Amino acid sequence: MLTIAMPKGRIFDEAVELLRRADYALPPEFAESRKLVIDVTEEQMRFILAKPMDVVTYVEHGVADLGIAGKDVLMEEERNVYELLDLRISRCHLAVAGLPGVKMNEIAPRVATKYPNIASTYFREQGEQVEIIRLNGSIELAPLIGLADRIVDIVSTGRTLKENGLVELERIAEVTSRLIANPASYRLNSGEIERLVDRLAAVIPER
Amino acid sequence: MAKRLFMFEKPLGMRDTLPFLYEMKKQVRSVMAEEIERWGYEFIETPTLEYYETVGAASAIADHRLFKLLDQQGHTLVLRPDMTAPIARVAASRLYEDGNPLRLAYNANVFRAQQREGGRPAEFEQIGVELIGDGTVAADAEVISLMAALLKRVGLGRFSVAIGHIGYVNALFLEILGNEERASVLRRFLYEKNYVGYREHVKSLPLSSIDQKRLLDLLSLRGGREAIEAAKALASSGEGQQAADEVASLFAALETYGVAEAVKLDMALVSHMSYYTGILFEVYAEQVGFPIGNGGRYDELLAKFSRPAPATGFGLRIDRLIEAVGETDVREEIECIVFSQERLAEAVELAEAKRAEGRRVVLQHIAGIRDIDAYSQRYRSIVYLLGRSGREGQ
Repeated sequence: MLTIAMPKGRIFDEAVELLRRADYALPPEFAESRKLVIDVTEEQMRFILAKPMDVVTYVEHGVADLGIAGKDVLMEEERNVYELLDLRISRCHLAVAGLPGVKMNEIAPRVATKYPNIASTYFREQGEQVEIIRLNGSIELAPLIGLADRIVDIVSTGRTLKENGLVELERIAEVTSRLIANPASYRLNSGEIERLVDRLAAVIPER
Repeated sequence: MAKRLFMFEKPLGMRDTLPFLYEMKKQVRSVMAEEIERWGYEFIETPTLEYYETVGAASAIADHRLFKLLDQQGHTLVLRPDMTAPIARVAASRLYEDGNPLRLAYNANVFRAQQREGGRPAEFEQIGVELIGDGTVAADAEVISLMAALLKRVGLGRFSVAIGHIGYVNALFLEILGNEERASVLRRFLYEKNYVGYREHVKSLPLSSIDQKRLLDLLSLRGGREAIEAAKALASSGEGQQAADEVASLFAALETYGVAEAVKLDMALVSHMSYYTGILFEVYAEQVGFPIGNGGRYDELLAKFSRPAPATGFGLRIDRLIEAVGETDVREEIECIVFSQERLAEAVELAEAKRAEGRRVVLQHIAGIRDIDAYSQRYRSIVYLLGRSGREGQ
């Protein structure tokens, strides 16, 4: 039996749809359930529902054999997992944004983000010294109330930015969801995992 | 008493080993050490501290994971991050004299700083072997078979050894990409286990579709005999062919050793960016998400100590191995003799007799016990030698 860690929220529906397209018989009430562990016995699969940032942790520790995680999370967490397949779902990108026309404060440049690692690496690579402020959500608030001059966050349609009067300034990386595997599971359950990879690969949307 | 700062704390990643775990470690360690000795390897010990310049720099462990400190003369020292580099140092300076194969083993704690999730062990025990001065595939087969034998001896149910050949990967990359710089970019994707990035990068390279497909096919060179044949067909350079031949003869030898069912080829396996030079492997077990051990051929390490020699070996992590084997109470029962002053001689005599039979015996003066009920519950077997006439009870 394979255990798959699924991210709650944005990615979940698209991931479920992809699995169904690959002919996995997931029960209809799958998405509505409030359970955190869902067994699908007819497919020999167990799904665990986790916060997107935690999916990589479950997989790295091997309590989940596989997981579906955004590239943003993989870049941020740098966990020791196999990145097997680009599922090409939940497409978005990581970007630097800020208020239009506002320059970075020269005395105390600050960047607010949910992704301190990515932001810190990015600005260091640009040779800019900035203070990274970690927030857990509503990152757009930071420039509006003067906590930071810039934010680093994922942008999908750009609507949230627009509604808060922010503009995208630099693009850091493209993000899609990936199928990841625990290194030990990848060795010990290679047959099962390969079959799942093949079935998913066959239904992944063209870019 | 006021609680002082750090009173119960230990530096990040450092752990105490309490009796229950100690006994399990001892059991696993002694079973494996015995088997290693049966294969003719000799154990050695090296210092905990080494010079950063030599052993620290030669080690396979990344610089930021080394514990560094200064000695009184201002030289930078490291807590040994692995045992391979110290053994290479010893071999180069003292033991590897006539150029004939040398079989050494170790069982020691190594130190690697952890950055993530503070509680992960930064000091852990490794047991392993180094076979120095033998460049044959037979040597590779021997260390892999020995490792498998150890895992079987400690009662590990299912495990899987993934075997690759870095020489093959390098040869394939070089013949298709033409230079080391481009090869190193691709090798890093494999090292980071990022197959998505690898595929994307290959597709972005200005190569013929045939060569792109060859690079992509590397990822599917996994499994048994068919994969070896496919590997042979994929490489056209002499080095690539030779590497594939080495893998083929390794698998044949592993069959002879009877461990072939536990090994799987994975030609895309890259355990380290630059350390290994030939056949390399990682071993995984059920119930543990992390590798329990790894190893491979490191033909360039001895040269760093001015004694070039081929070498191969492996290291197993005892903590993860115990996790994989599962909890077993291996503690030998401890018996207790509680005595009062007038029966001391009798108590000592009884204890000596039991100890001579190999039993573990505690000798406890009754006056030293605060709560006899709680104390007696610790032992399944207690003999009381109390009072002059001998009101003896069990």
